[in-house]
Amino acid sequence: MSQAITHDEHDEHHPRGLTRWLFTTNHKEIGVLYMLFGLTMFMVGGLLAMLIRAELFEPGLQFLKPQIYNQLITLHGLVMVFAALMPVTTGLANYLIPMMIGAPDMALPRLNNWGFWLLPPAAVLLVLPFGLELLGIGNGPIDTGWTIYAPLSVQSGLGVDFAILAVLLLGASSLLSSINVIVTVLNMRAPGMTLMKMPIFVWSWLMTAFLLIAVFPVLVGGVGMLLGDRHFGTHFFNAAGGGDPVLWQHLFWFFGHPEVYILLLPTAGVMPHILATFARKPMYGYRGQVYSYWAIGVLSVIVWAHHMFTSGMPVGAQLYFMYSTMLISVPVAVLFFCWIATLWRGAMTFETPMLFALGYIVLFGIGGLTGLVLADAVADQQYHNSYFLVAHFHYALFGGPIMGVIAAAYFYLPKITGRMYSERLGRWHFWLTMIGFNITFMAQFFVGIAGMPRRIPDYALQFADLNMVSSLGAFVLGAAQLLFVYNVIMTWRGVGRKATGQVWDGARGLEFTLPSPPPLHSFTEQPVIR
Amino acid sequence: MSKLKYSISIISAASAAVLAPLAYARNPFEFETPVTPVAHDTLHVHNLFLGVIGVIFAIGMAILLYSIYRHRKSRGHQPASFAAPAGRLQWILALIPFLILTFIDYVVMGIPAYHAEVAMANTKEDATLVIKVTGSQWKWQYEYPEQGIKFTSNLATPREQIESRKPTDPNYLLEVDRPLVLPVGEKVRVLLTSTDVIHSWWVPSFGVKQDAVPGFLRETWVKIDTPGVYRGQCGELCGVGHAYMPIVVVAKTQPEFQQWLAQEKTAEAAALAESGKTYDLAQLAAMGKKVYDTNCVACHQANGLGIPGAFPPIAAGHPFSAAAPLTDDLAQRGFYRDGKIALGSVAQHIDIVLRGIPGTPMPAFGASLSDADIAAVVTYERNDFGNHTNETVQPTDVKAARAAK
Repeated sequence: MSQAITHDEHDEHHPRGLTRWLFTTNHKEIGVLYMLFGLTMFMVGGLLAMLIRAELFEPGLQFLKPQIYNQLITLHGLVMVFAALMPVTTGLANYLIPMMIGAPDMALPRLNNWGFWLLPPAAVLLVLPFGLELLGIGNGPIDTGWTIYAPLSVQSGLGVDFAILAVLLLGASSLLSSINVIVTVLNMRAPGMTLMKMPIFVWSWLMTAFLLIAVFPVLVGGVGMLLGDRHFGTHFFNAAGGGDPVLWQHLFWFFGHPEVYILLLPTAGVMPHILATFARKPMYGYRGQVYSYWAIGVLSVIVWAHHMFTSGMPVGAQLYFMYSTMLISVPVAVLFFCWIATLWRGAMTFETPMLFALGYIVLFGIGGLTGLVLADAVADQQYHNSYFLVAHFHYALFGGPIMGVIAAAYFYLPKITGRMYSERLGRWHFWLTMIGFNITFMAQFFVGIAGMPRRIPDYALQFADLNMVSSLGAFVLGAAQLLFVYNVIMTWRGVGRKATGQVWDGARGLEFTLPSPPPLHSFTEQPVIR
Repeated sequence: MSKLKYSISIISAASAAVLAPLAYARNPFEFETPVTPVAHDTLHVHNLFLGVIGVIFAIGMAILLYSIYRHRKSRGHQPASFAAPAGRLQWILALIPFLILTFIDYVVMGIPAYHAEVAMANTKEDATLVIKVTGSQWKWQYEYPEQGIKFTSNLATPREQIESRKPTDPNYLLEVDRPLVLPVGEKVRVLLTSTDVIHSWWVPSFGVKQDAVPGFLRETWVKIDTPGVYRGQCGELCGVGHAYMPIVVVAKTQPEFQQWLAQEKTAEAAALAESGKTYDLAQLAAMGKKVYDTNCVACHQANGLGIPGAFPPIAAGHPFSAAAPLTDDLAQRGFYRDGKIALGSVAQHIDIVLRGIPGTPMPAFGASLSDADIAAVVTYERNDFGNHTNETVQPTDVKAARAAK
């Protein structure tokens, strides 16, 4: 109790209002900022997706010119990956890691503040060219697809420059938060908490942070070269000057494939906590999962060119990238095995976080299995850049990370706000999401198999029915997310009954020994782990 | 009560997702009918893989659903407390799924994939015909180097249909003015390159998707077993016209193919003769409009006003601002004054169309358009869109301009 009193005194000196959020160095406040920013950008990215699906509802051009369509798909990808998902998982890390390891705060609090406040300018840079276009400057935001393939990105307008600057800021932000996580985890664990006793979420983020530091600089270097090609007379990606357009693809995917696991691992780390809580049973295969994280991390940086099976590679390279990609299925299967074994013979209840966690297993399962099919270099000639691919990576990235962060949001919302959210709205949100999502993207698997290429604003008539189905599903999916936002706001405003410190009767871990909401500084006296 | 509602909603969602594609005429799980060895291989591999992952998914789901049904608190199930395999037997049982998975990866899927890959990469052996495919924003150029035939294939779907002003044809967006013609039963080696950005030549029935990379030569091959018309599309985002560069291949029997080759040669000779003819303004303008609508309209637009910041207007007197390389070049040639598009000289106009503007999206049309086409389109541009020069350009002028450099 004496601890709580000290916190209250500490709070007295805390700035209020806007400056509180601008200058905060507190891990919980920064964590919340990250998550709110991510949620906002998730809605922005979702709105872009709705516009895309509205245009694709019928053949013919109804609302969008091809140029604007290309800008929307590009921004949708960049916003969802960099401005929605990555900030939310970083927010979870900030909020949870100090509490989970028994530390008072992150190791580098000022750097933490800087890392967050680099994000809003980056997001503004991405969409600013829309405004500039209205003023008659340039022709709108980046329109090259989120993969920014050269030489299209060398040829394209000033939106690409803005996106390059945005990527530089995002890269700096990610590196700062990764360094912070690594320093915190390696130095500030409570006495007795050895690495192999850490909560598994902390492990997943440690691996994520290592991956980010390994691959993000490669993308930053790549966009630097692109800037050189665009403005400073270099020819990295121009064959006429001795360069190679495909070099960009190697640089991009050396970053881009591990990026999938950067998005995935933090939510794979939340999963066991949620499953164990609602199965009222210890998580299964802790060691196996930790070793899988390492295996996934190492494998993820040696398989990048499976995104390039149609770019033209020697047979040996095609075979190598095919077989190495298939190998990833083994550690990922270990995770699935452990998740299901955690549920097995438990005493399950199905609160909203559990529903989303189970949805994660199903949807990410489909994403993973179709990924195994895509690994085949020959069959990939048909799947690559078709809607089959679009459906696959939405199952992998919405079905995995987004379902995961929503599960985590419902799981920790009572801890963060001290109030329970509306279970009824949560269930509606879950079922509408599952229905909307599966209709949207199952239809896309089939339209892809039928031969529809991605990134086209208009399509041939044989794809019309499935596109209409997909668009209808997407509208349901989009509308369902409004329920989530409403639920979060209502919980925040204190509607709903008070949450206990433990929140869920099956919850374990240091974060659930603190009251809800927890004091600003988690543990000023380190707890001792047996 | 509510549980029942949930089950009903999930079942209806699942059935909607599954049934929607079944309203479809063809088997929704299969690619378009394969007509080449690679496509047959691919379809075989695809069916095998979908079967394998279907079984894996079904087993995983069955275990998960059984557990959700049995091991729930509301049924009074008491939680167990195990957290890892206990004892040798459990370890062995836990490892078996992963051994099976590895076997599936590298034997069930890996071996057929290996053979298919090796077959796909064998582009040279026994190839009797070589064609060269060149992607450009936003059209394909086909060349038969040994036969000396070369032509461009443009989207033939009229603008009015795309803008929903007219009802769509059955082959909406999949129709071209001149299809690629290939013989059946012959192995054709396909070389690919591009003049600007990366395109991808994809015909689903051939099982072939190969990127065309500017400055490099890529290759693939087809051996079509049935005559017919096969359609595909560009598979790599290549700018605003990405949706508008379809691929149509007409596969003919050997005698018919030979006949077509002979026809093409006669037509080529006729075109050569045409380049000596002279036309009047009305004839040239009519021919030029056709050329403009297939080659220029995507950038410079049907109204000739271009796209601000990217593609300059054709009509003189319109304001335009863009990156320095483009405006500098236009200014040097006399087409740009005081931030507005001006009317330059005929010689410069022909030169831009023939050789393009290096470092900008304006491509060189010298290789894809005939002398008569270029003469017509230049005449059209100088006498429409509010330009009234009354100048005509004859094919011989273009021929002279070609020879000049």
